[in-house]
Amino acid sequence: MTAGRVEVFGIRHHGPGSARALHGALEEFGPDAILIEGPPEADGIVELAGDPGMVPPVALLAYSPAGPSGGPAGKAGKEDRKAAFWPFAEFSPEWQAIRYGLAAGAAVRFCDLPAANQLVPPEESDGDADGAEPGERPPDDVRLDPLGTLAKAAGYDDPERWWDDVVEHRHEGPSPFPAIAEAMAELRETVAPSPADPREEQREAHMRRTVRRALKEGFERVAVVCGAWHVPALTAKVPATHDDRTLRGLPKTKIAMTWVPWTHGRLAGRSGYGAGVRSPGWYHHLFAAPDRPVERWLTGAARLLREEDLHVSSAHVIEAVRLAETLAALRGRPLAGLDEVTEATRAVLCEGAKAPVELIRERMVVGERLGAVPDRTPMVPLQRDLQAEQRRLRLKPSALGKEQDLDLRKPTDLERSRLLHRLRLLEVDWGVPAESRSKGTFRETWTLAWRPEFDVELIEASAWGTTVRDATTARAEAMAAGAAALPELTSVAERCLLADLGDALPTVMRALADRAALDTDVAHLMAALPALVRALRYGDVRGTPTGPLRTVVDGLVVRVCVGLPPAVSGLDDDAARDFLGHVDAVHGALALLADDGHLERWRSALENLIARPDALHGLLEGRITRLLLDAGRLHDVPARMARAVSVGAAPARAAAWVEGFLSGGGLVLVHDEELLRLVDGWIAALPADAFTDVLPLLRRTFGAYAAAERRAIGEQVRRAEAASGPSRPSAGDLDEKRAAPAVATALRVLGWEAR
Amino acid sequence: MTEPATGDPLPAGVLRPHAEQEYAGELARLAEHDDRPRPPGWRLSPWAVTTYLLGGELPDGTAIAPKYVGRRRLMEVAVATLATDRALLLLGVPGTAKTWVSEHLAAAISGDSTLLVQGTAGTAEEAIRYGWNYARLLAEGPSEKALVESPLMRAMRLGAVARIEELTRMPSDVQDTLITVLSEKTLPVPELNTEVQARKGFTVIATANDRDRGVNELSSALRRRFNTVVLPLPDTVEDEVDIVARRVDRIGASLELPQAPAGLEEIRRVVTVFRELRSGLTADGRTKLKSPSGTLSTAEAISVITSGLALAAHFGDGVLRAADVAGGLVGAVVQDPVSDRVVWQEYLEAVVRDRPEWRDFYRACREVS
Repeated sequence: MTAGRVEVFGIRHHGPGSARALHGALEEFGPDAILIEGPPEADGIVELAGDPGMVPPVALLAYSPAGPSGGPAGKAGKEDRKAAFWPFAEFSPEWQAIRYGLAAGAAVRFCDLPAANQLVPPEESDGDADGAEPGERPPDDVRLDPLGTLAKAAGYDDPERWWDDVVEHRHEGPSPFPAIAEAMAELRETVAPSPADPREEQREAHMRRTVRRALKEGFERVAVVCGAWHVPALTAKVPATHDDRTLRGLPKTKIAMTWVPWTHGRLAGRSGYGAGVRSPGWYHHLFAAPDRPVERWLTGAARLLREEDLHVSSAHVIEAVRLAETLAALRGRPLAGLDEVTEATRAVLCEGAKAPVELIRERMVVGERLGAVPDRTPMVPLQRDLQAEQRRLRLKPSALGKEQDLDLRKPTDLERSRLLHRLRLLEVDWGVPAESRSKGTFRETWTLAWRPEFDVELIEASAWGTTVRDATTARAEAMAAGAAALPELTSVAERCLLADLGDALPTVMRALADRAALDTDVAHLMAALPALVRALRYGDVRGTPTGPLRTVVDGLVVRVCVGLPPAVSGLDDDAARDFLGHVDAVHGALALLADDGHLERWRSALENLIARPDALHGLLEGRITRLLLDAGRLHDVPARMARAVSVGAAPARAAAWVEGFLSGGGLVLVHDEELLRLVDGWIAALPADAFTDVLPLLRRTFGAYAAAERRAIGEQVRRAEAASGPSRPSAGDLDEKRAAPAVATALRVLGWEAR
Repeated sequence: MTEPATGDPLPAGVLRPHAEQEYAGELARLAEHDDRPRPPGWRLSPWAVTTYLLGGELPDGTAIAPKYVGRRRLMEVAVATLATDRALLLLGVPGTAKTWVSEHLAAAISGDSTLLVQGTAGTAEEAIRYGWNYARLLAEGPSEKALVESPLMRAMRLGAVARIEELTRMPSDVQDTLITVLSEKTLPVPELNTEVQARKGFTVIATANDRDRGVNELSSALRRRFNTVVLPLPDTVEDEVDIVARRVDRIGASLELPQAPAGLEEIRRVVTVFRELRSGLTADGRTKLKSPSGTLSTAEAISVITSGLALAAHFGDGVLRAADVAGGLVGAVVQDPVSDRVVWQEYLEAVVRDRPEWRDFYRACREVS
């Protein structure tokens, strides 16, 4: 029909051998149009690939833009999210074709089925969900890696080596592509008369249609670059009307397209959007190394090991190269591949040890690297804002996890910390807080690792606002509005403070105050308090204005103190135990807050509680007695204890009392003989069957103590029994001269020396 | 389908023939069919050596018995190492066939596995270099005739493979004697003002024990002259049962034990016990176990079965039964009379007892423990 000539080049996705052969073939053919398997929506941004700022690995990202109609409130759930990636590495034949086309001035277009059709949510499309996302096809599919199938048939475990052996090392041979097309035709005959999946048929129909269009436009030499599997379908003569019928009325969705940085780790693809390339680092090396790939690789491995302080000399490298080559010869392969090289590395460079081999696998065979896209790339404003922030704060995204210590007293570090906290609110977990090595509250340790899918999260989050700050504020407000329980709200408030979201704080605080006022459950209020108090204290370090927060805390404390008495009456064992945790937490929080008024209020509330002990669970009474004793508010503790454990009290309640009283450290028994005597006397006086009843409770109480504490208590008891008169060691036993220096030191430690 | 290769009759009355004697037939057939290039000094091509080790079938139908059951790659690395005239260091816990592999490699490559130096704490430099016939030395003064060659020196002269067993047991200064030999391939004899230059085909296979690594750790200078291959314990029960069954057959034949069929069931049981105790986990992965102090290697499993066979043949009813292996098994597991006995009792009561099909085995073990 037309005079134009069409060449179809069947490639292996992400195959360096394919890439090199393709480059040569394209140069020879000199096309004026190149059609590449990929989403045609990307035609508009393909020229960005020629930008020097574009560094592979990168990926084309197709996503459904969140329209303003969606809005923050109607944010779609994760399941509904539709995004697809087409990753390209330096060594991907498609990438080489794009680069070649842009450099040679040929038209570069994509010919696959539009992403708009591919991204249709599964319930509307008639195919399976897998087909919609090219990156997630099952890896054992023949169609995904037909060259791999051929290689396996030829007895190779790595398709790249088969390609290398069969294609690359026949230098004088003709272009491999006709042979591949033939092989694929054979394979398609035998493997699968296409199953019920209509997607493949549609994709190929669209490819054919794009080719026809290109010819109609007057291009004379059209090169089609697609997966080898599709070659026979594209060269077959199919009438245009047939394809039109296949493609008619396909459901569509609205999508936008952009480039995003990608990582080798994602290419290696253990999950999610992986491309199933097991050794991207090795492939990259194969493609990038000008010559002597084995020597260069092993030298690189030796350097890596040296950096890790493992002694590896050049002599090692020489021997490793020889071993790799001999192994290849032994196995009848023309050139050493990754297998041989790895085995040589293990036997020579690593001297049989496992860990260094693993290190090399991680750093070189996968070879983590993060691509980059130029500034002109279409981005949502949120991404741009984040980039600007990253630049301003000198935080560079990198794919390998890196630890970053932040000193919050420094302004830059403080801002960094805020940025990371904000991103976490947007569910972009670029930084994950790690256990800080330092005790100081002014330090934070983060582990930073950029993952490609963060771009998707950002694009999704862009519905919330155009800058990180705005988006986070909006999101925090929405979270506050949607929070179900008080503790959830307080955690939002805490995160707002960490992220320095002053604008969101009033809304969150109002929600918090409202919720606190309405919430009748004191336990809820008590659970909410610690996080808020922490935030209040923490806010001081970070210089965050905490005025509104203080108001909320003040209100909460009052409510808790007022609501306490009714809340504690009539609790059963389990409820009492839960409540005990709340009491402890609030007590600790108030101590941290160090507000005398609040402490006073709390203590009087507690005093009121134990004033009428009958309504109180034994556990709580014991615990509160102890808290007040520690605070120095009670002076009749022995009497109280005597009452609690006297004959009149049920043994179970007495045991609960003892447990509550003694929980959180038994040292009080070591130091207060009176108490110890009471406990001891109580236990000794228990009737036999009552003793059996309380034994488990006692065991639980004392079992929680450290061994040293238990021993000290035991010794104390024995001494008391042995002496049965004066239980302290008599003064005569002490050698005062010898004790004097120790006492002096102890006094100095306690700071009493001066007085 | 296949007929076993026949070779020279074995020397009569020898308790254990060398590999090159026992498998002379296989080696000859392999050499006949081997049309691939042979490295200088080698009797077979590297490819044929690999086949000899891993087993296979020749075009004329001769079956080559596998000598090493395990990962092909390890043997390929080992053979390729020797083909590059590098020295080979075989590492592994005791009983992982290090010596076995080294003997067969030497037999296949040089046709001689006897050039052997056994490393001990008392190995002296003379054992590696050369010694003197003192009577002659005193009578005639230093001369070639008064020199007593070490196996290593002979291997250099002949262009053959020298074997060093338990390299890490030798004192470090004796180990270091090897450095010049391995890098310069010469052994100077300053007393006679001569030297022995190694002929092509000379190389060294050393074995060392993983567990003893600390005894006399190799100096890094020596270390880097070796390529290291770590021989692992067998991957699966099937592999291990296979190894044990094969070896037991072979040993039984050469010891001329009365024919008692080695019950595969009994072998599997012993191997299972060994694997479970070694890994500290039952085969179903449900129960944690204590591990005894011994290594419980495959080699020990083989000797347990062999002695069981002898018992069955001479004192039993000619069939290998639980009672025949029990004694040897307990002996292999309980090496430390106090702690290992506890481990064994626990295993017996907690695991063996609950397996209904192991009832006879349990009773037998109870009797001997």
